[in-house]
Amino acid sequence: MGKAKAFLVSALTLLLARHRRPSLPPGERERIVVPEPPKGYDAELLSIWIFLASAACAVAFVVVYVLDRLPAHTQLLGLALGLSFAFFAAGLVVIAKRLIATEELEDDYPEQEHPAEQERIVQVVEESGLTRRRLLLLALGAAGGSLGVALLAPAASLGPVVHLARFYLTPWRRGTRLVDEHGRPLRADEIEEKTFYTAFAEGADKEQLPSSLVVVRLRRDQLDLPSENAGFDADGIVAFSKICTHAGCAIALYRAPQFEPTDPKPALVCPCHYSTFDPATGGTVTYGPAGRKLPMLPLEVDPKGHLRARGNFDGPVGPSWWGVRLKEPTT
Amino acid sequence: MRRLVLVVLLVLAAAPAARAGDVTRGEHLYGRYCLSCHGANGAGTNHGDRQGPPLRGVGALAPDFYLRTGYMPLQHPGDQPRRSRVLFSEQEIEALVAYVASLGKGPGVPQPHPERGSLSDGQRLFTDHCAGCHQVVAEGGYLTGGVAPPLEEATATQVAEAIRIGPYVMPRFSPRQLSPHDVDSIVRYVQWAKHPDDRGGWAIGHLGPVPEGLITWFLAAATLVAVCIVLGKRLRSG
Amino acid sequence: MIRGLVRFVDQRTGTAPFLRKTLRYLFPDHWSFLLGEVALYAFVVLVGTGIYLTFFYEDSTAMVVYHGSYVPLQGQEMTHAYRSVLDLSTNVKAGLLIRQTHHWAANVFIAAIVLHLLRIFFTGAYRKPRELTYWIGLTMLLVSLLEGYLGYSLADDLLSGMGLAIGYAVAMSLPFVGANLAALIWDGPFPGSQAFFPRMYIVHVLVIPLLLATLLAVHLALVALKHHTQFRSDPRATERKLVGVPTFPGQAARSLGLFMATAAVLFLLGGLVQINPIWLWGPYHTYSATNGAQPDWYLGWLIGALRIVPGFDLAIGSYTLVPNPFWGGALLPLVFFGFLYLWPFIERRFVTHDYGYHNLLDRPRDAPLRTAIGMAVLTEVFLVFLAGSADRADVFFGLPYVPQVWAYRVLVLVGPVLAALVAYRVCIELQQGECVEHERERAERLARGRA
Repeated sequence: MGKAKAFLVSALTLLLARHRRPSLPPGERERIVVPEPPKGYDAELLSIWIFLASAACAVAFVVVYVLDRLPAHTQLLGLALGLSFAFFAAGLVVIAKRLIATEELEDDYPEQEHPAEQERIVQVVEESGLTRRRLLLLALGAAGGSLGVALLAPAASLGPVVHLARFYLTPWRRGTRLVDEHGRPLRADEIEEKTFYTAFAEGADKEQLPSSLVVVRLRRDQLDLPSENAGFDADGIVAFSKICTHAGCAIALYRAPQFEPTDPKPALVCPCHYSTFDPATGGTVTYGPAGRKLPMLPLEVDPKGHLRARGNFDGPVGPSWWGVRLKEPTT
Repeated sequence: MRRLVLVVLLVLAAAPAARAGDVTRGEHLYGRYCLSCHGANGAGTNHGDRQGPPLRGVGALAPDFYLRTGYMPLQHPGDQPRRSRVLFSEQEIEALVAYVASLGKGPGVPQPHPERGSLSDGQRLFTDHCAGCHQVVAEGGYLTGGVAPPLEEATATQVAEAIRIGPYVMPRFSPRQLSPHDVDSIVRYVQWAKHPDDRGGWAIGHLGPVPEGLITWFLAAATLVAVCIVLGKRLRSG
Repeated sequence: MIRGLVRFVDQRTGTAPFLRKTLRYLFPDHWSFLLGEVALYAFVVLVGTGIYLTFFYEDSTAMVVYHGSYVPLQGQEMTHAYRSVLDLSTNVKAGLLIRQTHHWAANVFIAAIVLHLLRIFFTGAYRKPRELTYWIGLTMLLVSLLEGYLGYSLADDLLSGMGLAIGYAVAMSLPFVGANLAALIWDGPFPGSQAFFPRMYIVHVLVIPLLLATLLAVHLALVALKHHTQFRSDPRATERKLVGVPTFPGQAARSLGLFMATAAVLFLLGGLVQINPIWLWGPYHTYSATNGAQPDWYLGWLIGALRIVPGFDLAIGSYTLVPNPFWGGALLPLVFFGFLYLWPFIERRFVTHDYGYHNLLDRPRDAPLRTAIGMAVLTEVFLVFLAGSADRADVFFGLPYVPQVWAYRVLVLVGPVLAALVAYRVCIELQQGECVEHERERAERLARGRA
C-alpha cells in the first residue's frame, strides 16, 4: 500500500512537472483545443451542401405527409425522413473527420481507490455505535424484511395464485353439444373421412382453451384405442382438444393419407414445434417434444343425429404443469 | 361463301372432339407411363415395390390436377408428389384425362369463379382450413411426413381441384364441408395472396420474423458497424 | 452569445467546473467502442416512436367486428387491441412508418447490445473495476428481450398470439410453481382475463422503460466515473494513462453523427422494408394457428431449443416435476445468462487467477482461454438458433426435417467443444505469429545497426 502511494505521488509530481508550460505574455490565454488542420475550405462547402440536402429532405417529408393520396405513401415518408437523417449524419461525419481537430490527448485514469476516505467512512460508522448493538440491528433487519415481504403480499391479488382449480375446468359435461364456429350443431353424418373439423362446446367462450376441439372420422379398422379410451369414439368419429399439450398452440394440421400403403398414417400435427399425435390410438405422441398425449373427449350421437360429449376430457387441456397428472378435469 | 360456311362447320365439328381428348391415345399413354403403378384399367396395384391407388371413379378432376402440376408421373411410390416440369403436351394431357375419366363416373374439372367469392370469407376459410400447413399467406410449410407447398404457381382450377382431392397427405374437403362458393372465396384469397397488401414496403418473403432478423443483422447492423468504423478510425491529422 | 449562455448556466447551477471537465473528458478511440452508443440511439428512437404509438393503441381484449377499410378482414371478429394496430397501419397518416420504425428499432437495439456485449466479453472489459457496469448491461439485455416480446405481443395478431401461448407454456413448465406464476401473470389460465393485456401494456410502456432508463443512467455514470477502457495500440496508453478524443469538439460531432446515422437506418427501414404485417396474419384466436410462425430473432434460439428437446415430461407418478418446455424455454436462457453474470468470478477464480485492476483491454488473441470459452457459448447459442430454422430449410431446400433435428442434437453437444478448440488454436497461432514478427524486426534492426 505504501509503495503504491509513493509511486502515485512521484508519478503525479513528474506529470505536473512535465506539463509546466513557459509563461505567456499578459492578455493572451493559453490554448486548450488543438488548432484545426489547415485544409478546411472544401470540406466546409461540402458539409454545407449536405446539410442543405438534409433540410430539403425534411421539407419533402412534410410535403409527402400532407399529400396522403400518393401511392407507396409509407415508403416515400420513410425515404424522405431517412434521407434527411442520413444527410445530417453525413454532414456531421465530414465535420468530424475534416473540419474538427481530432485531438489525441492524454489524461490520467482516476484513482483505483481512496483508502484514506474508505477508512474515514468505516470510522464514522463504527463510532456511531450502531455496529455494536447487534440485537438492535437484527431487530431492525427483521422489521425491514417483514415489512418488505408484507408489501409484496397484495401482488397475490393479480390472479388465482393459490387455488388452481380453474386449470382443471372445462365446459364439457355429459350431453354438451358440439357446435361449429357459427354455433351450428355438428351432425355425425356430415363428418367425412380424410378431413378435419374444428368444433366448440355449445354456449362456451370459444377462446377458452378447453372449448375447442378437432374432430376427425376414422374407419373402424383404423381405430386402435387403448382401454382407457375404449368407446370414446362415435362410430369412428373421434374428438380431441385442439390445444397442443406441449406449448399451447392450436393443432391446425391434419395429415390425411391419400393412399394408405405408401402415405404416412393419419396424424394431428401442431405447427409450432411439430408435436404429432395419433388419433387412432387416442392421441398418443408419435413425434415431437410434447410430453403428454392429446386429451380425448368421449362422444355420442343423440337421437337427432347431433354429436354430443359423453363426459369430460380424459386429462386436463393445454400445456403441462406440476399438477396436470394429479386430477381429472372438472366441469 | 358456301365454302366458307363449310370450313367453319368442319372446324366447329373438329374442335370439341380435340378438346374432349382422344381416349384411345390416352389409353396408349396410360399404358406407357401410368400402368405400372396404377394397374390395368386403373385398378391400382399394391404388391412389391410398385404401388398406386386405383383411379376408377376419380373422374377428370384428379388426372387434370396431377398431370398439369407435374405431380404425376411419380419417380417412386411413397415419394411426396411435387410440382415439376410437365413433360406431356396439351393434347397428351387431354387424352390421359379423357381416358382416366372414362374408367368410371367421377367429378369433372371444376370451374371456380373467384370473382364471385369474398376475399374476407376466403381469408377466414383459408386461415381455418389451410394455414396450418400452407402458412397464412400461402408461403408453404412443413409437417411431419411432408411439405405443404407454397401456392404461388397454383392456378385457380388447381386450387379448386386440390381442395377436392386432398393430394398426398392434404385433407380432402367435399362440397358438403366447403361449398362451391366457399371454394370461390378461397381461390380468390389464394390469388390475392400471390401479391398481397405490402403497404409496408419490401415484403421479404411474407414469412415474418426470420427474414426480418436477417435484415436486422445483414443490412442494419452491418451498415451501422460500417458507420462506426468510418467514425472511429483514427485519423492521420494534417 | 456563447459567453452569455455559459454565464447564465453557471450562475444558476454552479456547474461550470463540471461542464468544463465533461467537455474535455477523453474517449479512447476505437470503432468498436461506439457499438454501445448505437444501442443508446436506437433506444432514443424507440422511446420517441413508442410514445407516438401509445396515442393510438387500445389495450382492450374485448371483441369487436371489423368494418374498416382493409377488405380481407371485413366482418371478422377481433379484439380492440388488434383493431387499433390495424387502424394505425392502414388509416393513420405516417402511422405505419412510425410503427415499423419502432419495431425495426427494437430489433436493431438488441442486435447492437449483443455486438456491444461481444466486444465487452472478448476484450475483458468486464474485469475489475467494471463488474457492476457489466452486470447492469446484462440486466438491460435481459429486460430488453422481455420488452421486445411484450411489445410485439401487444398487437394480438396470429403470430404473436401463438408466441404468447408458448410463453405461457414456458411459465407453466417451471417446476412446482409454474402454474401459480402463470395464474398470477395471466389472472387465470391462458388466455387470461381482461386484465392481462392492460398489464402487458403498462409493463411495456411504463415499468420497463423506466427501469431501462434508470439502468442506462447508472451504466453511463459508472463508465464515466471510471473512464472508458482502451486498447494498447497507442504507445502512450497504459493502465494509468488514458489516450483519447475529448468530448468537445471531437467526440460530440462523431456521436451526433452516429445518432443521425442510426436514426437514418431505422427510418429508412421503417418506410422501405415491411416488418410484422399484422394485417396479413389476421387476429389471434386460441383455436387458430399458421405454419411458419416464429418469434422475433432475439428469441429464435428458444424456438430452436423447444423443437430439438426430445418429447418427455419428467413425471414421478402423478407429480409432473418438469414439463417439457422447461428445458428449452427456461433452463437454456437461465444457464446462458447465469454463465454471463458469473463469468467475471469464474474467470478470475478458475481461469486466469488474475484479481487485478484493468483499464487496458485484451485483444481476443491475448486471452486464448476466454476467447475459446466465449466462442463455445456463442456457437451453442447460434446452433440452437439455427435449429429453429430446420423446418423452413425443408420447405426451401428439401433438407428432411427429422434427420436435421437429430443432427442438431449432436451438434449442440459437439459444436461448442470444436469451436473452443479451434478458437484456442487460432489465438495461440496468432500470438506466435506476432512473436515471430517481433523477432524478425529485432534481427533486422540489429543487422542494420551493425551495417
